Formats: sequence, C-alpha cells, structure tokens
Amino acid sequence: MTVRRMNYREAVREALREALARDKRVFLMGEDVNRYGGAYACSLGLPAEFGDERIRDAPLSESAFVGAGIGAALGGMRPIVEIMTINFSLLALDQIVNSAATLRHMSGGQFSVPIVIRMATGAGRQLAAQHSHSLEGWYGHIPGIRVLAPATVADARGMLWPALLDPDPVVIMEHATLYNDEDELPAEGDMSVDITKAAKRREGSDATVIAHSASVKKALNAAEMLAGEGIDCEVIDLRILRPLDDETIVASVRKTHRAVIVDEAWRSGSLAAEISSRITEQAFYDLDGAVERVCSAEVPIPYPKHLEQAALPQPQSIAAAVRKAMRR
Amino acid sequence: MRNIADDRVHLTREHAVELLRQMTRIRRFEEKCAELYTQEKIRGFLHLYIGEEANAVGVISALAEDEAIVATYREHGHALVRGLPMSEVMAEMFGKAAGSSRGRGGSMHIFSARHRFFGGNAIVAGGLPLAVGLALADKMLGIERATCCFFGEGAAAEGEFHESLNLAALWHLPVLFVCENNLYAMGTALARSQSNPSISTRAAVYGIASEAVDGMNVVDVEAAARRAVHAVRRGEGPRFIEAKTYRFRAHSMFDADLYREKAEIEAWKKRDPLTLFSDWALSAGVLHPDDRQEIEVDVAREIDTAVGFAEAAEWEPVEDLATDVVSPRPETEP
Repeated sequence: MTVRRMNYREAVREALREALARDKRVFLMGEDVNRYGGAYACSLGLPAEFGDERIRDAPLSESAFVGAGIGAALGGMRPIVEIMTINFSLLALDQIVNSAATLRHMSGGQFSVPIVIRMATGAGRQLAAQHSHSLEGWYGHIPGIRVLAPATVADARGMLWPALLDPDPVVIMEHATLYNDEDELPAEGDMSVDITKAAKRREGSDATVIAHSASVKKALNAAEMLAGEGIDCEVIDLRILRPLDDETIVASVRKTHRAVIVDEAWRSGSLAAEISSRITEQAFYDLDGAVERVCSAEVPIPYPKHLEQAALPQPQSIAAAVRKAMRR
Repeated sequence: MRNIADDRVHLTREHAVELLRQMTRIRRFEEKCAELYTQEKIRGFLHLYIGEEANAVGVISALAEDEAIVATYREHGHALVRGLPMSEVMAEMFGKAAGSSRGRGGSMHIFSARHRFFGGNAIVAGGLPLAVGLALADKMLGIERATCCFFGEGAAAEGEFHESLNLAALWHLPVLFVCENNLYAMGTALARSQSNPSISTRAAVYGIASEAVDGMNVVDVEAAARRAVHAVRRGEGPRFIEAKTYRFRAHSMFDADLYREKAEIEAWKKRDPLTLFSDWALSAGVLHPDDRQEIEVDVAREIDTAVGFAEAAEWEPVEDLATDVVSPRPETEP
C-alpha cells in the first residue's frame, strides 16, 4: 500500500475538504476561517473550492455563531464551527451546555443537534494565560455531547467524518502544538476511524500510562526512557474524552496493576480525577499501588518558556510518577 | 385556513372570532394553570403571559405553519397559537409523558418538532442565536420562509441580543425578531437597567428595519407582523418589532410583585387586550353579540378536556430517565 506524509494541520484540512465535498449540508463557520485561512491555517485554500457561503467568516461573536450553528443543525444543515481557542469557547459555553447538550433530552427526544465544534486547546507555544488552557475536562463533564481529542495525524484526518455522522453535538479538541506533527497515512481509501474507543499506543506489562492529546507523545517518550531502566509501560491514548472508554482503561490496568494518568489540565476536579475514580471503582483489587497523576501546576499558564514548561507535564515528570507507582 | 399571503389584516368576522378565540384560549388556559399550581398539580416555575396575549396571537397569525418559532420560558401562549394541542401542552405542565416534551421540560420548555416550535428557551436571549441559525439553514437550503424569534426586553441587556442582530443583518437572514417589551426583566424596570430604553432604536443601529407597536392591540400587532414578515420573505433581510405590552400577573408564582405600583398594574389592565379588541369589534359590528360567549364556552370545554387528559396521562417510567441524552445509534448517512 502506498503511503504519503502529511502533517496534522493538512490532515484536518483534508478532512474538512472531504466532508465539504461529500455533503452539501456541511459548512465551516468561525472567526477568520475564510480570508485568513483559519487561525491555525486549517482552512487555507478551501474558500476557492467551496465559496464564501460554505467557508463562512464569522464576527467575534462566539455565542452567536456557535448558537447559529446549533440553529442551523436544527434546521437541517451539518455545520462545523471552529473556535479559535478553548479559552474563547467559554464565551459560547452557554450555547454548548444549555442548548446543544440539552435539546434532545429536554424536548423528549424530538430534536437532534448534529453540530461539530472544533477548537484548539493546550499550552506549549508561549501564548500565556488566556490562550493556553486545557479545559476539555469541562466539556467531558456534560451529558449530551461527545468529546474527541485526536492525538495523531490519522485521528486528525479520520475523526471528522464520523463526528459529522453522529446526530448529536461533537466537540473536537485539537492541541495547538500538534499541528506541525507529521506522519504517514494511506494514500487512498476510507480514512474514517472509530470514535468510541481508546487506543493502545504502546504495549507494556509493568504500568499503564493514560494520556490524551499532546500528552500522548510525552507519555511515549517517558515509556522509552523507562524501557532503558527495565520498566515496560503500556500507553493508552484516551481519544474519546466523553463518553470515556472504561473498558480499554480498566483492561490495561488489570493487566499491569499500576496506573499513571497524564492530563495537561489542572489536577483539581480534572478528567484525571475522574479516570482515577473509575479505576478505583472498577479495578481496585487489581491495583498494586495508588493511582498516580501528572497534571499541570495549579497556576494560570505563564508566558516565559521555562515557566510554561515547568507548569506542564513532561516526560521526566511522567517517568518519575511511573517509578513512584513501581516503588522504584 | 389561515391567510398568510396578504401583507394586510382583513378583519372579517371569521378572522375576528379567531383572534379573540386564540387570546381567550391563552387567558383561560393560564388562569387554569395558576389554579392547578396552587393545587400542586403544576410545579417548578410558572411564568404567566396574561396581559400579553395580543402579541403571540397577532404575530403568529401572520406566520405560515412551517415558519419556525423560537420562544422563551413564557411561551404557553405561543405554543397554543402555533397549534400544539392544548392537551399536550397541559400534560407538559403536569410533567406527564404525554406532554409535548414528554413531560421533561415543563412550563418553560415546550417543544414540538412537527409544529417547528423550537422552545421553550429559559436562558434570556439564548433563543436569538438559534433563530439566526434556523434562518441561515433556510437561506443555505434555498427555502423561502421566515423564522420568528420572540424574547423579552430583558434580552436586550445580553450580549447575545447584539451579536445575533448583527449576524442576522450582516448575513441578510430571514428572521423576524419580536421583542415583547413588558417593561420588567423579572423585577427590574427597563429604566433601571438600560441606558437607552428604546429597544426598537437599538435594533435600528444594526441596519434592521424596526417598528414599535402597541402590544395590547392585537390588530396593530398583526398588521406590523404582516408587513414585517412579508419583507422578510421577500428577502429584504431581518425585521424587528418591539411590542409594548405588560404582564398583569407576577413574574412567576414565586414573585411577590413588590417592585411595581398597584396603580400602574390597574392602569394597564384598563387596556386588557381581550376587552380592548372585543369591545371595539362589537361596536364596529365585526363581532356578533353572541360570539364572545360562544368562544368562552368552547374554550372552557377545551380546557376541561385538556385537564382531564393531563390528569389521566402516565408518568414517564423512571427506567427511561437516561433515554435521549444522546441518540440511541449513529445514523448510517449524515
């Protein structure tokens, strides 16, 4: 099979192009998606192919254009709404939580809201405290929406179409440090991926490291470091933050008996806390020690590189947590 | 059959009877709801529309049946005029499974997909972006019709009001915005919350043709709505109506109504939209002397049937609590 190299950004763009070409009801709407090409250049070139109506620049009105996306979905369209960063998505949180997530249940099952909301998330680019946070756990808290976190080029390419097939709202978190990552993809064929299961990114027997988004790479780096010390880590990429794939997580922990959770969000009230609870609820007697967590320091993410990096989970801190779990 | 093709009101006897019948349905339905609330048949928040009936009746009379309506938590009247069966609306008030939202929404969240009635939105101004999106879908799909969005004057203090008006005007979308200005956002008077209390002029700054109308006069409201909705359907972009109205009852059943003078309420009651219209229509010979009584009898019968239906209806089984949080299975094609 022939393969080709592409980066995460190109994978997102190709997924957008495929969706727009496959279904006339699909359109992309958000700040700077048209003339500018997208804040992360994901839609560069698409206006020439699909026009201004379907690659729709929106004013800086997150609540209105996300709400309009919800309304358009109710009205028979399949909108993809892009929000520049997860920090800005807070301005649209009302529409996502109070409208998109509630309408099906609150109406007694009468309405579907088939909207896809994409947003950039995460730190690591020295963008300081209003462009760098990892609030995806907040979305993971909400019944009625599905939350995806593509950590690989293949997932960036393959998650969008299945997300559009989902009759319910889907939020896709794209970590801003991943856009330049390259990988090989098949040259042709169906690129769609499963959007219900977590993935094992590394097979191992001594400890399970559970991560998502950009933290997966860091977990894999830590696993390589530890392999030199004779510690064999399994790395689970959550991929789906809601609903969590308990089965894959618990099966791995039952095998390795140790769990380390990596989460770029703050520890308090985090997704890491939720996963830790589920492990103790479902696999307590399989554990050989306490569940460890590696999260960001509980500070607004600072601008200077050394402080920003000190605030975030790193391969070294992940490795240290695994050693602690192993009592080494 | 409702005549929506004309941009002017034709006050035949038949139409006058219909206007009075619809206003009476809302009035008596809500009076019954207040009574049922004291009997604890209806719980939660109950926001009565009494006094404001001319707005829902006047505006919805000008809409086609497939023109979407987005409303607020004070939406019983809009739902009834749109054509949701009173029995389903009453069952919803009770929280019964036969209710329009399967009982899950209650008074504030009446929905009906088959009537294109999109709630029942209890976040102030939260419905405006939805209406903009519904209109955007129609425009992109090439469907020529209006979407009508009702909201109170309290919404004008929210960012979503301004964002939505801007979007609708910028994208030239077929939305009819209807602000039911009853002067109080819960207990806060308009003058205590707005630097510019003229809502219609605030819509105008977005380049939206805007009109203020007497919201106690159903004919004036319908006339304004017909003009506006025809312009919207012709592709002239959004239109805005500010209906100046008043609620005779408290904000909700929990409200002691301490923030307004009794004299003010009494003064507005002298302009009760039902008596205002029926007195005029009788004196003008449009309504016949017996019409009012016949309407009352019919409506009383309809309400009795609706209450009987709601009383007899089943509760949703607890086992179904978690159904329809998300769809049972993904569709095979988008």
